[in-house]
Amino acid sequence: MKRGSAVSVFVAMFVGVMLGQVALAQAEFLNASYDPTRELYQEFNQAFGAYWKEKTGVQLTLRQSHGGSGSQARAVIGGLEADVVTLALAYDIDAIVEKAKLLPENWQTLLPDNSSPYVSTVVFLVRKGNPKGIKDWDDLVKPGIEVITPNPKTSGGARWNYLAAWGHASEKFGGDKEKITDFMKALFKNVPVLDSAARGATTTFVQRGIGDVFLAWENEALLALREIGVEKVELVIPSVSILAEPSVAIVTENAKKHGTTEIAEAYLRFLYSETGQDIAARHYYRPRLQSVADKYKEQFPDIKMFTIDQTFGGWKKAQQEHFSDGGTFDQIYQPGS
Amino acid sequence: MSRIKKNSVIPGFGLTMGLAMTYLCLLVLIPLSFLFVKTATLGWREIGQIISSPRVIASLRLTFLTSLIAAAINAIFGLLVAWVLVRYEVFGKRFIDALVDLPFALPTAVAGISLTAIYSKNGWMGSLLEPLGIKVAFTPLGITVALTFIGLPFVVRTVQPVLQDLAAEVEEASACLGATRWQTFWKVVFPCLQPAVLTGFTLAFARALGEYGSVVFISGNMPMRTEIAPLLIIAKLEQFDFAGAATLAAMMLVASFVLLLLINIIQWKTAQRFSEQ
Repeated sequence: MKRGSAVSVFVAMFVGVMLGQVALAQAEFLNASYDPTRELYQEFNQAFGAYWKEKTGVQLTLRQSHGGSGSQARAVIGGLEADVVTLALAYDIDAIVEKAKLLPENWQTLLPDNSSPYVSTVVFLVRKGNPKGIKDWDDLVKPGIEVITPNPKTSGGARWNYLAAWGHASEKFGGDKEKITDFMKALFKNVPVLDSAARGATTTFVQRGIGDVFLAWENEALLALREIGVEKVELVIPSVSILAEPSVAIVTENAKKHGTTEIAEAYLRFLYSETGQDIAARHYYRPRLQSVADKYKEQFPDIKMFTIDQTFGGWKKAQQEHFSDGGTFDQIYQPGS
Repeated sequence: MSRIKKNSVIPGFGLTMGLAMTYLCLLVLIPLSFLFVKTATLGWREIGQIISSPRVIASLRLTFLTSLIAAAINAIFGLLVAWVLVRYEVFGKRFIDALVDLPFALPTAVAGISLTAIYSKNGWMGSLLEPLGIKVAFTPLGITVALTFIGLPFVVRTVQPVLQDLAAEVEEASACLGATRWQTFWKVVFPCLQPAVLTGFTLAFARALGEYGSVVFISGNMPMRTEIAPLLIIAKLEQFDFAGAATLAAMMLVASFVLLLLINIIQWKTAQRFSEQ
């Protein structure tokens, strides 16, 4: 008797859990994003929820999931049923296309502006008063300068840093591969610690007091300035940098399965709207919309930027050439070099 | 099989054995065998290339060496801690006892960040050690410190119960029979504790081999110098090179398995010798 009741309790619990899952699946809308966008999407989801309710009368349950950009892509490949992905680099979304075929190959052309509604760039954070007088990329390779940047093999953000430096060198040396490589070698000779992720590198620079200059995304740098205060660090804008384009896309197959294609489309389009752009700008991402960009002109100084498509021929090519095993980054650390 | 059966007076061999095997299969064998399946998608030449790359070799050497050193340190000091906890009535003993388990409860990233904060050049310990020319954070020494930290409870917790069962009278008898203190420890106490110490050592070693969370913060991750093997696996995953990552993982598994097997064989041998005596 006792045993029977225990079993029935267990069965009831199991059924309850399963029903709960079904009920959730219908109302759930999941955005799989990367780490530094947590606050951005918290605010954005609220705004979009209100917009959608007003337009259709439907109350949405918008969920967000955050982690390293690469590990989020792996989660989606492994079955995380995200309706949309908003990641740090196009390469990670390309990987979802290639490994799991969950969205069309031409996803980057389906939304305006290369499918990236907000952008950023790579800038320098230096110690208060800039004691080492760091002004531009060329100062980073001088002997005695310590540069902090995460490991591009494990951090998506750091890959933008690496390419920004490479792009500068390429421009300076007119594409002379040997000279560019020497420049990169000199630069990474000055890197004492390669943290595995951007947040770890921030800790190294700010809390541990290691390094003279920290290569960071502009949004992260501006956030750091606000969080740790202008009395400790200051911002240096290099003469030229890379246009960092975090990409967004509908995970077509998942959205179809959940019947959320329409919501997903509206969700991502809303990022390009005046409201969406304003939220992005408030979280220190550069907006694409001119009217919003004008409003935040003081926050985002003019800077000459090159894109990954112009300078490197797209992410796939850049990844292959620089960050795959045996790529230019690995060559820097090859023994005997 | 019949030998195992004979040893137990409680019936139900089939059921317990079956359950144990299913449990092990579901949790260990099946997930791990997929590593080898994934690895097998590569050809021998590719596998050879991955394994023989200088960075992989350097990282494996570093991982195994620091893990061994950390486990050895834990074996010695774990024994000491267990001894103090069992044999002496000290003030705040319960508190110290609870302290030992903390490295298990703490998220490893927290451990890594705290250790780095203390041992980097502007930290408490680091600011004292660095003027002496001893760099801890971002060196192999730092990795060893982190691995020692996370492995601390193993030896203490394996030795403690054995020591508790070892009556103090045994030591007294040994002393009465004219043994010196050293002889009492080395010839009487230690042989009883040795299997437990070895088990604790093995556990600490195995745990250290796979440790990622705490080490990445204190190691600095410099290629060829302070890059541990688990970091290379993550690097491969970031390239969506699942097969390459599986190859490295499988390799670490095989190497660890061989080492653990060797330690276990030593243990069986000593246990046998001990029971024969």
